[in-house]
Amino acid sequence: MFEATAQNRRNRKVEGLFRLLFLWMTCMLILPVALILGVLIVRGGPAISWEFLFTQPLDNMTAGGILPALVGTVWLVVVALIASVPVGVAAALYLSEYAPDNRLTRAINLAIINLAGVPSIVHALFGLGAFVIFFRFGTSILAASLTLAVMTLPVVIVATRESLQTVPLAFREACWNMGATRWQTIRKIVLPNAISGILTGVILEVSRTSGETAPIMFTGAAFFLPFLPQGVLDQTMAMSLHLFVISTQVPDVPEHMPFGVALVLISMVLAMNGISIAFRVYLRGRKKW
Amino acid sequence: MTAAAGAAERQETGASRGRPAGTPAHPVSGAQAPEASEATGWAIEVEDLAIRYNGKQALAGVTLQVPRHEIFGIIGPANSGKTSFLRAVNRMDLMTAGMEVSGSVRVEGRDVRSWRNPYALRRRIGVVFPLPVGLPLSIYDNVALSSRLRGTRRKADLDAIVERCLRRAALWDEVKDRLDSLGSLLSGGQQQRLTIARALSQDPSILLLDEFSIAVDPVTTMRIEEVLAELKSEMTIVLVTNLVQQARRLASRTAFFLTGELVEVTGTETMFHGGARDPRTTAYVEGKFG
Repeated sequence: MFEATAQNRRNRKVEGLFRLLFLWMTCMLILPVALILGVLIVRGGPAISWEFLFTQPLDNMTAGGILPALVGTVWLVVVALIASVPVGVAAALYLSEYAPDNRLTRAINLAIINLAGVPSIVHALFGLGAFVIFFRFGTSILAASLTLAVMTLPVVIVATRESLQTVPLAFREACWNMGATRWQTIRKIVLPNAISGILTGVILEVSRTSGETAPIMFTGAAFFLPFLPQGVLDQTMAMSLHLFVISTQVPDVPEHMPFGVALVLISMVLAMNGISIAFRVYLRGRKKW
Repeated sequence: MTAAAGAAERQETGASRGRPAGTPAHPVSGAQAPEASEATGWAIEVEDLAIRYNGKQALAGVTLQVPRHEIFGIIGPANSGKTSFLRAVNRMDLMTAGMEVSGSVRVEGRDVRSWRNPYALRRRIGVVFPLPVGLPLSIYDNVALSSRLRGTRRKADLDAIVERCLRRAALWDEVKDRLDSLGSLLSGGQQQRLTIARALSQDPSILLLDEFSIAVDPVTTMRIEEVLAELKSEMTIVLVTNLVQQARRLASRTAFFLTGELVEVTGTETMFHGGARDPRTTAYVEGKFG
């Protein structure tokens, strides 16, 4: 009575095949990541030292450290965040909590998606035209960071909107029925329950911003500057551009140096992503409904 | 809320809370709908109300009056427009995309669309939903929220409001030792009483209940029903219910909604003793459909 029919056996076989196929694809996905990390650690690891991280480049960047680039990347990221987070969160709040569902709103949403798809070199040229030349910021941290901010705005907006929409509509309706305005509802109920998701989006933005090269190349990042930036109107070195420069533009760089720079850069990004994952776990643990 | 704020709001509506002379304490059951008084004899007066969602008719041609300080039942099967009716009363059409309301709804003698500040209108109307909505705040903060939104900051005032409202919602004894724990993690029945306490903290003159017992056990339902029977002396209660017998137990008059139409409004006892004017009403209350 419980004998397997031919059909049963066939189903089981197909099931096993698909499982293997999907497992194989997953391994293929992990492989490049593991290879990149492995090569970087093996070949760049020896370059990493306190001296490498905290001293100036020497001898036409063929020796010494990467301090100006490291500090410059932090500057760029922080200024970009200050510019993009308030704008992005406010825009997401409007689109998610206030905007009527009409043609204009849909057009704005479409524009945001398109903005995310614009190649970074186009953002770079836009930043050059708008911030460097038109607003007369010159090639500076300010111009470069604003370019990065424009480029990453869609990430912030989409992440924020999505985390706002995980807060159930019933909570909003309960507040509205109590006589709360939309803003009171956002402040008391929606934002406190969406904030961790928003922070996750912000951290993802940081990791993306810190690795971008093209948008900062024309707008604020310098080839070589033997001092640290003093303010937002200074030019600066940056990790990503520095990597590009010593890999392709400067002769006689010892082989371990570009790998070392890449390793530091990717460690920064991975650390950011780690924080973001920790946030998610924390968020899930504290889910209030 | 503070006494001053309350007085100000009452002044704002221009309506007194007392029952004006000449209003019948209990409308004659089975009789024609009584004439709407020119003054503010009714808590809610609805005339030719129609509601559409994105052009699709949900409710049409509703005319009824809800007397003050009584429980007014609304029964009817799903999709009959009961919830839409409640949403029109406190102007949730403003917050709902695609919802259009026509006709007139007057609360305490004043057309709801003439309130320049719909938030003030909603503060006077407490709402309880079918599924209990404990906000993701502590029990204390759930009940204190509405007062805080109105600017009450003094701890002593808030404490008093929270205790009074939780007591009246018959929840105080169960939660008094853990007011700091999350309201959204209470059991369904407790959350529903929390929702009622929160609605009472608005000091409402009208309480709208939308199938409040759907996710509540029978014992809790009975406790809440007792609470409602007491509250009736202080506020007007509109009770939308899918339990015909609940309307019978509580409401003095009952409206029967069917597929977007108000079939009739009748004294509850009359309706349940075969006195309904429309045969569909009799069939529904006798459990022949719906």
